Amino acid sequence: MSDVASIDALVAEAEARFALAADAASLENVKARYLGRSGALTELLKGLGRLAPEERRETGGRINEAKARIERSLEEQRARLRNEALEKKLREEAIDVTLPGRGSGQGGLHPITRVRVRIEALFHSLGFDVAEGPEIESDFFNFTALNMPENHPARSMHDTFYVEGGKHLLRTHTSPIQIHYMRSHRPPLRVLAPGRVYRSDSDATHSPMFHQVEGLWVDEGVSLANLKGVAIEFLQRFFERTDLRVRFRPSFFPFTEPSAEIDMSFGDGWLEIGDCGMVHPNVLRHGSIDPQRYQGFAFGMGIDRLAMLRYGVDDLRLFFQNDLRFLRQFA
Amino acid sequence: MRFSENWLRSLIDPALTSEALAELLTMSGLEVEAREAVAPAFSGVVVATVASVEPHPNADRLSVCRVDTGVETLQVVCGAPNVRAGMRVACARVGARLPGLAVERVQVRGVESRGMLCSARELGLGDDHGGVLEVDADCAVGSDLRAQLDLDDWLVTLKLTPNRGDCLSILGLARELAALTDKPFAAPQIVPVTSTLDDERAVWLQAGSGCPRYCGRVLASLDAAAPSPAWLRRRLERCGVRPISAIVDVTNYVMLELGQPLHAFDLAQLEGDIRVRLARAEERIKLLDGRDVALDSAHMVIADERKVLALAGVMGGEASGVSASTGAIFLESAFFDPTIVAQASRGLEIASDAAYRFERGVDFGLARAAMERASALILEICGGQAGPVTEVLAALPARNPVSLRAERVQRVLGIDLDTARIERILRSLGFAIVRQAGTFVVTAPSYRFDIEIEEDLIEEIARVHGYENIAPTLPVASTPILALPERIVPTHAIKRALAARDYFEVVTFSFVDRELETDFATAVDPVAVLNPIASQMAVMRSTLLGSLIECVRFNVARKQERVRIFEVATCFERETAGFRQTERVAGLCYGSAYTEQWGERSRAVDFYDVRADLGAVIGHEQLRFEPGVHPAFHPGQCARVLIGGDEVGWIGALHPACQQKYELPSAVVGFEIDLDAIRSRVLPAYQPLPRSQPVRRDIALLVDEDLPAARLRDAIFDAGKPLVRAVVVFDVYTGQGIPDGRKSLAFRVLLQDTERTLTDGEVDAHLQRIVNVVQQKHGAALRY
Repeated sequence: MSDVASIDALVAEAEARFALAADAASLENVKARYLGRSGALTELLKGLGRLAPEERRETGGRINEAKARIERSLEEQRARLRNEALEKKLREEAIDVTLPGRGSGQGGLHPITRVRVRIEALFHSLGFDVAEGPEIESDFFNFTALNMPENHPARSMHDTFYVEGGKHLLRTHTSPIQIHYMRSHRPPLRVLAPGRVYRSDSDATHSPMFHQVEGLWVDEGVSLANLKGVAIEFLQRFFERTDLRVRFRPSFFPFTEPSAEIDMSFGDGWLEIGDCGMVHPNVLRHGSIDPQRYQGFAFGMGIDRLAMLRYGVDDLRLFFQNDLRFLRQFA
Repeated sequence: MRFSENWLRSLIDPALTSEALAELLTMSGLEVEAREAVAPAFSGVVVATVASVEPHPNADRLSVCRVDTGVETLQVVCGAPNVRAGMRVACARVGARLPGLAVERVQVRGVESRGMLCSARELGLGDDHGGVLEVDADCAVGSDLRAQLDLDDWLVTLKLTPNRGDCLSILGLARELAALTDKPFAAPQIVPVTSTLDDERAVWLQAGSGCPRYCGRVLASLDAAAPSPAWLRRRLERCGVRPISAIVDVTNYVMLELGQPLHAFDLAQLEGDIRVRLARAEERIKLLDGRDVALDSAHMVIADERKVLALAGVMGGEASGVSASTGAIFLESAFFDPTIVAQASRGLEIASDAAYRFERGVDFGLARAAMERASALILEICGGQAGPVTEVLAALPARNPVSLRAERVQRVLGIDLDTARIERILRSLGFAIVRQAGTFVVTAPSYRFDIEIEEDLIEEIARVHGYENIAPTLPVASTPILALPERIVPTHAIKRALAARDYFEVVTFSFVDRELETDFATAVDPVAVLNPIASQMAVMRSTLLGSLIECVRFNVARKQERVRIFEVATCFERETAGFRQTERVAGLCYGSAYTEQWGERSRAVDFYDVRADLGAVIGHEQLRFEPGVHPAFHPGQCARVLIGGDEVGWIGALHPACQQKYELPSAVVGFEIDLDAIRSRVLPAYQPLPRSQPVRRDIALLVDEDLPAARLRDAIFDAGKPLVRAVVVFDVYTGQGIPDGRKSLAFRVLLQDTERTLTDGEVDAHLQRIVNVVQQKHGAALRY
């Protein structure tokens, strides 16, 4: 009964039956038939007492070995069933990962803001502060302090909007911010003044409201060569093109002397992109700065124009229509 | 200003192509705005005479002409109705190349044609195709048409800056070009006319500095009907001036050539002496353009002893103007003060070539030379005799010497320029120079009105030296670290936060239709724009809401079902002393709360969605909301937004009446907040982490339906201090089991002591105290 062959047969039988178990419960039921209190192996062990001592030791060894084999097999089958259960669970929990995410979407900044942020960041790296100022401005700050006294012919070039009372106007440029800033800060100073400006003009290339950014650098010995250096560097960084050509064309503005218009070119033809010059001594004086000791440059550019060139927008009016189909392209 | 390049080249002809010349002018500050060839390329066209015209044997509308080209007589078939014997024409010979056409020997209906008589259009000289071009009789037969009509010329249009009045003439441009090319130019030779008449008019200067120099002269026995010569008319036309009559043409010609505006009065209309004076109240003048204007003492006039003759420097009067029957004139060449002319021209809205020049400054040394130049031309064309020049002088504009330091030139421009180069440039521009140690004392010529300070001279030097010859350099500067206040939220960060919450930023005009203000603003009287370009831009907005509603409407009209937008901009209100200008951020949401998607059920956006957006952007712990009334919002879904007890803005659902008026198919929820109020934030301050565990208790309270939840929540929080750490509404319930007019609000209360864990008994007792307080204050009853 306890011969080698029958014990091996018992082990083989247990292994076969374990392998057939479809789930953990049936596996444990089958286990009881071999390893339980009244299982086959237990019965065999009980029968050992009837054997002679040498035979008992030999048969006992064989039985223990068989028990170990059966237990090992059981463990393997338990692992198999755990894996199968996990696989099944994972299969059931699989989702369509191509479906879109849930919840709210993303809006976006207006292209003008996008460009303005970029300009501010570029000049910030050069140590420029950012300043703003009032949009309803006094005649003094918009004109007189910028060396355009009453009756100055340049005033008529500005197509000014006046507000009630007639002494105040909608600023025609961001240059008055220069004056406010100079009066509240001591040189050396570097400041960028972006904002909305207003001129009474409206067509595909002119809007009655548009955006300018003004830059001012005042220190001892800041020169026209420096102005050229900063403006060229800025434009090349802004457009991320080192092949961008920039030229400075002598011009006339009451608030700068010498003055220049800045043209740029991607290869064919020149585009006007801004005005600049060395700050006129009278303007420095209005800003409470001694023009004998300090000098500086100022430049002004159209943010809208920079945005148009940067993104290929061909109609200025699109910026102010706020068509979502347009705005989404800049998100 | 438009001019003929060949005219300029007749004074100075640098070895530059037309294109290079334009580039040089542009880069020196005289911007060439446009450049146009007088004639397109063509060749082989000569001046010829039509010897005879016979009808074509085989065609009714054609004729067979014999054309004399000076060297041969050609048979040419022509279809033009105006062709006649004796006519001088432009004849394209066989082999000629016209724009888009090569002329060959051809048979026209059986008759040989050896050339072509050209219309203006066929030569690209105009649109006229009604007949062949008739060439002036003084053109030599056989000569090349291009040379005869000076067709190898360019029309150059300059966009001159207002400071360069000195370049408003061929002479001025030649002077400038001479400086730029460092070459001499040939000024027109002016020979004074011998006066053979005694006729003279006394001139009285009575307008002070308004007119410090006046030249006048009588020219008599003139044939005013004599035609201006072709060359003169051509030059006028090429400069954009229409030829009128010899006398007027000459005054215009001299103005274009030298820059001195002139005026010719019909001598027969003058009564007594000439007076340059200020106008008297009630005086009027009918001008040459037919306008009748009322004058006052701000206007300077030319008058005789009885009447006003001209508005000085602006325009002559109709009554004293010259005509074909004029036999004698009084010619005026004067210097008028720029400011007084500008004021008259602008004030009366009269533009003229004369005023354009005077208000920019005319060379005050030029009057007499221009007078002689014009006299000579008039006598040459119209015959007649000249009287003596009457010249009256007062104090001419001062040309104060300006000191220029070489060191300063270097410092401002950032380049090395030696003093010799500086001096050479200044001299080339006509400046008088006295050298002192390291300094030039420079006096500007009488034609420059823009040289007052050292910087003006530095600009001149830079301009002539060439801005492109100033090498760009980056400044060397001290580099302090910029301030970066942590307590201030950058505006861009607020914009980005809103964009992250699914809002698109818009930019709308700051001026709006008055009606938008009436509908959306809390203040009723907006700041008006005095000169709006349209009524929908008549007032400065005090709220962004109206503009945003328009923007929603615009997009809804373009089939957008969901619109979420915001704007950051200044709002304007009147204050006792001036204007209050407040930056605000406003947003509007229209359509569904989420974009259409599989994972969320679709529902319209509501008040609480937008409130959550505000909380996320501004910070929940700062914000308080109180019921309020705003004209734009639904009275039951509108709140004042408070931060630290101050009202900073509004949030609400658009009033249904507004929604209907602005034709929006579904509800809109929006907000508007003062930007400054949300730009400041509190610096985090570390608190030690508690060592004890918090206790959580839920309580449900019955209160009157209209008691705001926030008030009850705040009351619980206040009553529970210091143990209560957080109070959150987690349920709002009305309906079954709740009496009419009451509601149930359920709160989750978090209690914690910093030192030890609270016992159940302590928590219960504390909660009971809280309930007692809110019972007394708000009539709240604990709901079991």
